[in-house]
Amino acid sequence: MPQPVTTLVQQTLNALQVGSVYALIALGYTMVYGILTMINFAHGDIFMVSTYLGFFAAAWLLGLALNMPPLVIFLSTLLFAMVGTATLAVIIERVAYKPLRQAPRLSAVITALGVGIFLENFTLAVIGPEPRTIPPLFPLVNLNLSGVFVSTIQIVIIGVSVIVMIILDTIVRRTMTGMAMRAISFDKTIVPLMGVPVDRIISATFALGSAIAAVGGILYGMAYQLDPYMGIRIGWWAFISAVVGGIGNIRGAFVGGFILGFVEIFTPVFLPSSTYRDFVAFSLLLLLLVFRPTGILGRPIVQKV
Amino acid sequence: MLLDIKDLEVYYGNIRALAGISFQVDEGEIVTLIGANGAGKSTTLRTISGLIPARSGSVTFQGKNLLACPPHEIVDMGVAHVPEGRGIFGNLTVLENLRLATYSVKDREEIRRRFKRVFGLFPRLEERKGQLGATLSGGEQQMLAVARALMTGGKLMLLDEPSMGLSPILVREIFRTIQEINQTGTTILLVEQNARMALRVANRAYVLETGRITLSGKPEEMAKNPEVQKAYLGG
Ligand SMILES: Nc1ncnc2c1ncn2[C@@H]1O[C@H](COP(=O)(O)OP(=O)(O)OP(=O)(O)O)[C@@H](O)[C@H]1O
Ligand SMILES: [Mg+2]
Repeated sequence: MPQPVTTLVQQTLNALQVGSVYALIALGYTMVYGILTMINFAHGDIFMVSTYLGFFAAAWLLGLALNMPPLVIFLSTLLFAMVGTATLAVIIERVAYKPLRQAPRLSAVITALGVGIFLENFTLAVIGPEPRTIPPLFPLVNLNLSGVFVSTIQIVIIGVSVIVMIILDTIVRRTMTGMAMRAISFDKTIVPLMGVPVDRIISATFALGSAIAAVGGILYGMAYQLDPYMGIRIGWWAFISAVVGGIGNIRGAFVGGFILGFVEIFTPVFLPSSTYRDFVAFSLLLLLLVFRPTGILGRPIVQKV
Repeated sequence: MLLDIKDLEVYYGNIRALAGISFQVDEGEIVTLIGANGAGKSTTLRTISGLIPARSGSVTFQGKNLLACPPHEIVDMGVAHVPEGRGIFGNLTVLENLRLATYSVKDREEIRRRFKRVFGLFPRLEERKGQLGATLSGGEQQMLAVARALMTGGKLMLLDEPSMGLSPILVREIFRTIQEINQTGTTILLVEQNARMALRVANRAYVLETGRITLSGKPEEMAKNPEVQKAYLGG
């Protein structure tokens, strides 16, 4: 392949990799917004905690030296991080957000920011500031496909993200819990009259959204470094993804995540340095909020969560 | 006695909406609660369903105190509520609206039976089962609201102004359906501003005025009462 084409294909692949992580995290923002019309600003830090849970699980499993197959280690790490993160999010909702459900939305948003700062500092105090990497869970191979390099990590990240998105889409469209979530997003006051325990559905939403963020966390942690403040920037980018796609709209979060992935990877291609990428991302957010406040797919009433 | 309400007092902040009302509903009856705007009719139904808390008094259903229960458990105990304004989920299909109302039912055979009953009563809903709730006409939405309450399998159905916004023909149709539902064993507590129709179908009636029950009795007698005629039957 000619050089410009391989570059384009290579960068597209990189954009898909980054974008799928944003998409996975964006889902949590959008789901919580869909049912509570609240932005859970602690979500980026919940994602950060999930990467550490994955880090410790992987280190422990590998330290056992039982010669488990890589797939078993990978799936166990994933499961541990998902369950741990979901539990954390459900506790946060019960303790910090639920008492404020009747209060003005702003109170809950400020509380969420506070919870995020708590998680950052708790991690900093307990685990320390030094960056860490999740040990390789399966053989790292770089395949050279006529000039385009594809790593096994890249394949796993994109593949797992797509699978998770399909599963979530199915849950929301086909299961009773998903139906209840969509009903709550339309009119929360009527849902109890259907015999639906609304609090349990809200817990399920937090659990699901953060378990998905944990999948993103493990995938991210296999490719990049972890530190207690990593959730801030990634959280913002995922939040912008959710808004760009149309907050409250699940498919919108997928689309928004990939758009932001492309912004991140292609900004340095067209602008002199990667320091412009936040500028581009936030400009995109501003333009969209001005011209299409409900986001790209956001027809809020019809297709919400 | 199926439902027994005693000295029920309900406040919104400092505003008293119900000033200690008492009434009963027996098994198999159609009881109507009529009253003007703001009398407290919806408040009464919403308190029975557990959507708003009571300040004092009691709500007893089949011997159990409902005031201690969350709303979803009250539904499971057998109280179905067709809310004011219908409360259809516009982003869900007709089928999904109905299915959601069986949330706590695990027995698939039972769910199938309920669908069969509901589609027998409302064939129009079956024709439109794939359509989104928001795209139904007002009359169809009201049918769906009643159908959805039936899907919860309640023994007692609370109906909040089912005639609101419907043409006279549809009003008659919906009242006929209410009687049909009653004849197949569901007790009905009907809240209405359309006193004429409500008094025609009810076995007993209460008049609610600014949070107080001021009259009660047989609908035929009530319809002859000059005050009721003046206030609710247009002279
Ligand atoms: N959420 C609320 N907050 C404050 N006051 C309320 C609220 N809901 C109802 N009220 C007040 O309580 C009183 C009773 O209201 P309710 O809705 O029960 O009346 P209603 O008899 O159903 O009237 P309508 O026929 O208009 O539906 C009214 O004065 C109303 O203003
Ligand atoms: Mg009312």
